[in-house]
Amino acid sequence: MTAAGAGSRSPRVSLLITCLGDMFYPEVGVGIVRLLRRLGVSVDFPKGQTCCGLPLFNSGYRAEAAAVATRTVRLFRDAESVVVPSGSCAWMVKHEYPGLMPDAALRDEATALAGRTHELSQFLVHVLGRTEFESAVKGRITYHDSCHLLRGLHEAETPRAILRALKGVEFVELAGADECCGFGGSFSVRLPEVSTSILDRKLASVEATGARCVVACDAGCLMQMSGGLSRRGSSVRALHLAELLGDAAT
Amino acid sequence: MSEPDAVLATPFRQRAERALHDDFLQQALTIATTKFIDLRRQAFREFPEGDALRDRARAIKEATLQRLDRYVDQLVDNVERLGGHVHFAASADEARDIVVEIGRRAGARMAVKSKSMATEEMHLNAALAAAGITPVETDLGEYIIQLAGERPSHIIAPAIHKTKGQVAELFERELGRAVPADPEALTRVARAELRDKFLQADMGITGANFAVADTGTIVLVTNEGNGRMVTSLPRLHVAVMGVEKVIPSMTDLMVFLAILAKSATGQKLSSYTTLVRGPRGAGESEGPQEFHLVLLDNGRVRQIAGPLREALSCLRCGACLNVCPVYRQIGGHAYGYTYPGPIGILLTAMLNGPASVKDLAHASSLCGACADACPVRIDIPRMLVELRTEVDEQRIAPWSERVVFKTFAALLGRPALFRLAAPVSRVLQRPFADGRRIRRLPFFFGRWTATRDLPAVAPRTFSERWIELEDGR
Repeated sequence: MTAAGAGSRSPRVSLLITCLGDMFYPEVGVGIVRLLRRLGVSVDFPKGQTCCGLPLFNSGYRAEAAAVATRTVRLFRDAESVVVPSGSCAWMVKHEYPGLMPDAALRDEATALAGRTHELSQFLVHVLGRTEFESAVKGRITYHDSCHLLRGLHEAETPRAILRALKGVEFVELAGADECCGFGGSFSVRLPEVSTSILDRKLASVEATGARCVVACDAGCLMQMSGGLSRRGSSVRALHLAELLGDAAT
Repeated sequence: MSEPDAVLATPFRQRAERALHDDFLQQALTIATTKFIDLRRQAFREFPEGDALRDRARAIKEATLQRLDRYVDQLVDNVERLGGHVHFAASADEARDIVVEIGRRAGARMAVKSKSMATEEMHLNAALAAAGITPVETDLGEYIIQLAGERPSHIIAPAIHKTKGQVAELFERELGRAVPADPEALTRVARAELRDKFLQADMGITGANFAVADTGTIVLVTNEGNGRMVTSLPRLHVAVMGVEKVIPSMTDLMVFLAILAKSATGQKLSSYTTLVRGPRGAGESEGPQEFHLVLLDNGRVRQIAGPLREALSCLRCGACLNVCPVYRQIGGHAYGYTYPGPIGILLTAMLNGPASVKDLAHASSLCGACADACPVRIDIPRMLVELRTEVDEQRIAPWSERVVFKTFAALLGRPALFRLAAPVSRVLQRPFADGRRIRRLPFFFGRWTATRDLPAVAPRTFSERWIELEDGR
């Protein structure tokens, strides 16, 4: 157990649900809340959340992204730890927020927030010191590295450590796991043909593993991969890490 | 420098789409880029010093840019001391005129060239031909491209878009002899064709991977030995390079050589590293009688203090192209300019201004594989985002896009309105939803649903479910 888990008082987490998580994958969020509570973590959900601003930032709308970032920093001002179920949004908060702040005081706040913000798998492994969980699925699974978690937050290990430890699950590596799925936010609709072509390559690798599901820690990748799998009538499912853990799937 | 209008007349998205449907291209790209990726990875795995040397290389480039004027002066002094001539070219046009004029004055009829992106940047071959100087590309890939009447589609592997079968067909058509689709046989034919040209040529034209300021040495990194022939056989040698290629010393050169070939082809070193110091000296029996160095600015110098400064550290190794998911799908020609791939977008903006990359700035999923592979750790995604910002701020982006993003931004700043997005979407999606998925949407949204299903907005969002979760704590 590491610091936050070993303290006398139970750790408190504020959930940053993300726009895609809120609208499209609420069950992932619900699963995370239940999971964290089972682990003795108290969870709150600061009101007024919208989006981390990454779509604006990546498309070059910097001033607009800065406004969204500023209000998010204020929203999570009192959070002890912030948990984000998407690598890209966590990266946005940790990596880009401080540079987007309008003044020094807010920049200090954003820097502090960056330090208290964790992508879900990193929070589970690094902060809570947990890698062993009940498994909600059985059989062969594989893992796709989301670009921002891997190259932005330099994390390849925490999701794999969790997946490898799941009982009744055979974890197999995906060929080209570190290659982009082709989502890229607005890229997916600006250049849909290229985006899909990149996706096809990814899904061919996924299918070649014989896995029944491909796991990712980013709502963007999941939307892209599940969209492609569903369209090609595949029986393979794209699932968020949280959906595999305990009774996370509702 | 303007690019062939015929290519750019087609919108980028269509150029890319055409490339996706070119089966030969797809086959060639997959094989070549996969091989390059594996070789590079293997090379650095066996070289634990690699990471620290990459940092060192970047630091050298940064320090050199700080005092570029001083190092360029030093280079010029040394090249002139060795008996060479140095020319400054502010633009690609100027550089082209300088090279053609050097050839014309020397009465050159044929110029053999080793691989050089700088000469591609200035469209030198057409100008040489127009001046009665026949250009002959001697790098195998460039030779293939020249025979085909095409332009390079990769910074170090110009013919990467062609399969060996296509090359065999090309040789048969252009050289009038049947050659099996076997790389060795094809190379043998090209070598025989080129041997005569080396002996005939009166002018040799090269680029430069580096120019060492304190010795006046021009460094060429090649694999076929053609660079050595081009710089030693003809009586005249002209080297063309971007001003940012100057490095302070031979010690610095060692740092770059240790990582360049590993990043490019996965080799420990390239087969040939050619060091050229001025023309043939008194008492020497080999080398050109005349040596010229053309230093090309063409938009580079202003970026020392500009947003694309980092891109001036580029070694032109091509690693970022090989790992780029977009490049791997569409190849180099679809980009439409001299330099393709992620770094190519930045260089295109540097050479042609931000308006030229209005679409290309978005030809990236920002996956970061390029920055990861870059031997000098250029943060390409960051600069792509900055170019996107510039495209927005200068009102180059389409107004409809600007309206969409600004409306979206306004929504994100107003949680009360944002909360309405879900119920409104649930009503709007009703005719299209098939359970929890949407298979078809009209208008702009069809760009997603043409090839992918979209999840329907959930019956109850997380925010809407929180009330009961909160109670359950």
